[in-house]
Amino acid sequence: MWLIDSSIGRKLVMSITGTFLVLFLLFHSCMNIVVIISPDGYNTICEFLGANWYAIVGTTMLAAGFVIHILYALYLTYQNMRARGNERYAVTSNQKSVDWSSQNMLVLGAIVLGFLGLHMFNFWYKMQFAELSGIETGQFHPADGAAYVKDLFSNWAYCAIYIVWLSALWFHLTHGVWSALQSLGLNNKTWLPRVKMIANVISTIVILMFMSIPLYYLFGCGSCC
Amino acid sequence: MDKSINVTLKVWRQAGPKVKGKFETYKLDNVSTDSSFLEMMDVLNEQLINERKEPIAFDHDCREGICGMCSMYINGHPHGPDGEITTCQLHMRVFKNNETITIEPWRSAAFPVIKDLMVNRGAYDKIIQAGGFVNVNTGGVPDGNAIAIGKDIADEAMDAASCIGCGACAAACKNGSAMLFVAAKVSQLALLPQGKVEGAARAKAMVAKMDELGFGNCTNTGACEAECPKNVSISHIARLNREFLCAKFQD
Repeated sequence: MWLIDSSIGRKLVMSITGTFLVLFLLFHSCMNIVVIISPDGYNTICEFLGANWYAIVGTTMLAAGFVIHILYALYLTYQNMRARGNERYAVTSNQKSVDWSSQNMLVLGAIVLGFLGLHMFNFWYKMQFAELSGIETGQFHPADGAAYVKDLFSNWAYCAIYIVWLSALWFHLTHGVWSALQSLGLNNKTWLPRVKMIANVISTIVILMFMSIPLYYLFGCGSCC
Repeated sequence: MDKSINVTLKVWRQAGPKVKGKFETYKLDNVSTDSSFLEMMDVLNEQLINERKEPIAFDHDCREGICGMCSMYINGHPHGPDGEITTCQLHMRVFKNNETITIEPWRSAAFPVIKDLMVNRGAYDKIIQAGGFVNVNTGGVPDGNAIAIGKDIADEAMDAASCIGCGACAAACKNGSAMLFVAAKVSQLALLPQGKVEGAARAKAMVAKMDELGFGNCTNTGACEAECPKNVSISHIARLNREFLCAKFQD
């Protein structure tokens, strides 16, 4: 199977699952921003998704995307460490054109995954899981997303945690987006700087949309309006 | 401009492929800043021979930056800290007086050390043997305008062909990936009509060989391009990905 045996095949899987996850993040952040504009509107979205069949299918596909992306990342990293050989360089240097994030994708990914566990506990467990299992896991109604958001971000520590998490994700995305296009072969000399710029713009938009929510509650706007 | 400097050299010494290597420190005085790095190595070896010590084995050949034979990982850079040059084109004027210079061999699983700073880069030859050539007999020199090739395409092919197969890309890559080399060798042929015919088979064969020989996976850090003595662009890697994926989807 060339998607496992060949290096470019493995990179293809990484880029396709990565692109899928970026599209999900765009979708997720667009929904989140609604909570600032209208908490009621946000709850309508929560109710619309909830534990309906299409949301379950979506979540399953998403989970599969994550699992494949992570398994391939581990396999690729293992192979790459082996390819480097047993002896390491005594002196290494950084080239100006090499982004820090591009060399630390696994670390950044691990940070993102770690906080994702917390995020799933904060929201998914109390919302979709509560609706699926019928168990009361949180203090609010499972579809009352706005209440959960407000409750969580009334704690400044959670705001800080989420901001750190999103920063790590920003670094991961700035390399990930253009790298996915490069691995798919959708790049050339003219487009190389453009593709990198597109990656920066997309990741900044996604992260700003996400980050606006903890910041909005952190600076007390959540309670005043 | 007759200036000379004193340097301390930390050199990787390894008696053979299976032997454990270690760093040795040598002092070298009055090195002319006009001498090349390899000339400095020759002077050091003279000094070692006079002291009845084993000289340092290192690769070199043309000493004019076109053969790709000289290697050495100097102060954390393949071919030294200066950009877009091979080790033979590196001069002692880029180093400061009393500087410690660390010299290591290429470290990559696919490039085993033969002795000291010499590594076996036969893996690159095997990749070329797997498909880096044109099978069809193209005959004599055709009429200049019989097959029109755009200037931009000709330039791009020529840029790819400037790869000298020195191995700096795999040496610089944190993943020990040979993608820049393979991309350049696939691109120089895939861009031109003679090579296009076998493009799909070539991309598949060369990538398969590269994977088999134990090179790592490309993660697009761009360290290869930054260290390439011929400044081969990673946009060729995108072309290789394209060629390979198209070939696989056609199967």
